[in-house]
Amino acid sequence: MTKIIVLLKDIVDLNEIKIDPSTRQPRTKGLKRRISDVDKRALEAAIRLKEKNDGEIVALSMGSDKTRTAMLEALAMGADSLFIVNDSGLAGVDALVTSKVLKAAVEKIGGYDLILCGEMTLDSLSAQVGPRLAELLGLPQVTYVKQIDLEDGMLRAVRDLEDVDEVVEVELPAVVSVVREINEARIPSLMNIMRAKKKPTEEWDALALGLSAEELRAGSSIEVVKLEAPLVERKRIVIEAETVEEAAAKLADAIIGEGVVGA
Amino acid sequence: MTGRTVVVYSEDRELGLQMLSKGREISDKLGAELSVLVIGDGITDPEEYITHGADRVLIVDDPALGSFAVETYRGVVLDALKDVDLDVLLIGATKRGKELAARVAAALNTGCMTDCIEIDVDEEGRLLGERLTYGGSVISSQVSTRKPHMATIPPKTFKKADPSPREGEISVMDVDIQDHRVKVVESREKARGDAGLVEAPIVVSAGRGFKDKADLKLLEELAETLGAKVGCSRPIAADLGWMEEWIGISGYKISPKLYIACGISGTIQHAAGIREAQIIVSVNNEAGANIHEISDYSIVGDIYTVIPALTKALKERMK
Repeated sequence: MTKIIVLLKDIVDLNEIKIDPSTRQPRTKGLKRRISDVDKRALEAAIRLKEKNDGEIVALSMGSDKTRTAMLEALAMGADSLFIVNDSGLAGVDALVTSKVLKAAVEKIGGYDLILCGEMTLDSLSAQVGPRLAELLGLPQVTYVKQIDLEDGMLRAVRDLEDVDEVVEVELPAVVSVVREINEARIPSLMNIMRAKKKPTEEWDALALGLSAEELRAGSSIEVVKLEAPLVERKRIVIEAETVEEAAAKLADAIIGEGVVGA
Repeated sequence: MTGRTVVVYSEDRELGLQMLSKGREISDKLGAELSVLVIGDGITDPEEYITHGADRVLIVDDPALGSFAVETYRGVVLDALKDVDLDVLLIGATKRGKELAARVAAALNTGCMTDCIEIDVDEEGRLLGERLTYGGSVISSQVSTRKPHMATIPPKTFKKADPSPREGEISVMDVDIQDHRVKVVESREKARGDAGLVEAPIVVSAGRGFKDKADLKLLEELAETLGAKVGCSRPIAADLGWMEEWIGISGYKISPKLYIACGISGTIQHAAGIREAQIIVSVNNEAGANIHEISDYSIVGDIYTVIPALTKALKERMK
């Protein structure tokens, strides 16, 4: 039986983010948190592997007090159990620390054959946690996967690289990161959403993992100095006219007037 | 080797040369030596790295290194740099480069700033980086507080320097080459390329406003009139498969003189791909669409009538 750990992160809905026009800082407070889209597809991939080969799916997330609500969707989709690392002392730590925490959590869960995650979360876009975790666990990694199959402890995957599609094989255990193209994540039924609440869920702080949040934080390496939306200096001229032809004519004049057409 | 060192590595030679120009700047500020690590089988013309800014070329040349395998390359990088007083390690942010960088950073127990669009060092010699976060809507200014400082740099972020005659050393290294567990069974060449989007001075682009693939003909006529390339937003390529490549944070980032977005809503991910465009024009029938907020000129209207009218109007004026 294959035991798959899926790494999931809850992030703010990126389309809901508004930029404060005076400070140019993103307003993220109070926004609903959801599972990062690519992570959800990693979970979907795990569910499809389980449907074919039987097995167990453990969802693992490092987050906050809000994570539990967001992660109900993972249980509703088909994860069998959920572990959340929630320690206020670890809020906002970098990928270096995150991967150390996840390593401890993965080892505490134990007995896994496969660790699945998204190529990157859509908020931080750092694309580091999968490979870092593989390094810390001494496991092989298969990144940017758009097709995955499992047979007799052998994983076969297609990697989506810039110049080639690479078909690879690796013996489990391994860490695999997926790209958005791998699948469409299912939308859980109402029945499964109800059932999700009854599935085993456990929260750990750093101490429960045998770690010190303080020490980990002291070992953090990357600090965010400033978050600011780039200045968008656009003219924002909305062309209005009685008819489509007139509007098009005005637009054509404007485009040509900018000197961006022709040699 | 002694003394402070900045090291640049990319499996993509062109990207390596581009990073050397920025690496030179940073090395000079730090008073450090600039090295470039070159890994492969049958490496040619190492002098090119020196004429582009490197003080030293570290060469690891072995038949076992002919193709990139992250586990093996990780070992080579770590072994080649084990005696180096490493201040900064810059790795080219291709997909292969990024998975390598993360793994190397973990082994070195240090941080790494992914996909930096700008880097610098402060007076304490710490590496500063600017990178896009929140789907590309926000620039995060970050500082790496611990040596070795690491960052990955996407292609075409920095221009490679004009070659100039310089002195430099070429060191052929003898490193421990380890095996890798992931076996490549098959490598299928992609019929790809950016379809000329990155270099094109004018790009016209399709979004969800198009109801059918056949309707893209409207856009092709506009493109033909303008001598433009045709691109699209992510859903058109990734979900509908009407085109191969898309424009946006996860696709191509372009900087044309003129960008015309047709039926594109203008998500922050898409906006991040067109930020560097000189003039942005949008046609979208929804007045509240974000694309109008990031455009210089827009028409709130139906692409099916506006595009042909625009094509006609431009044709008349460009005769």
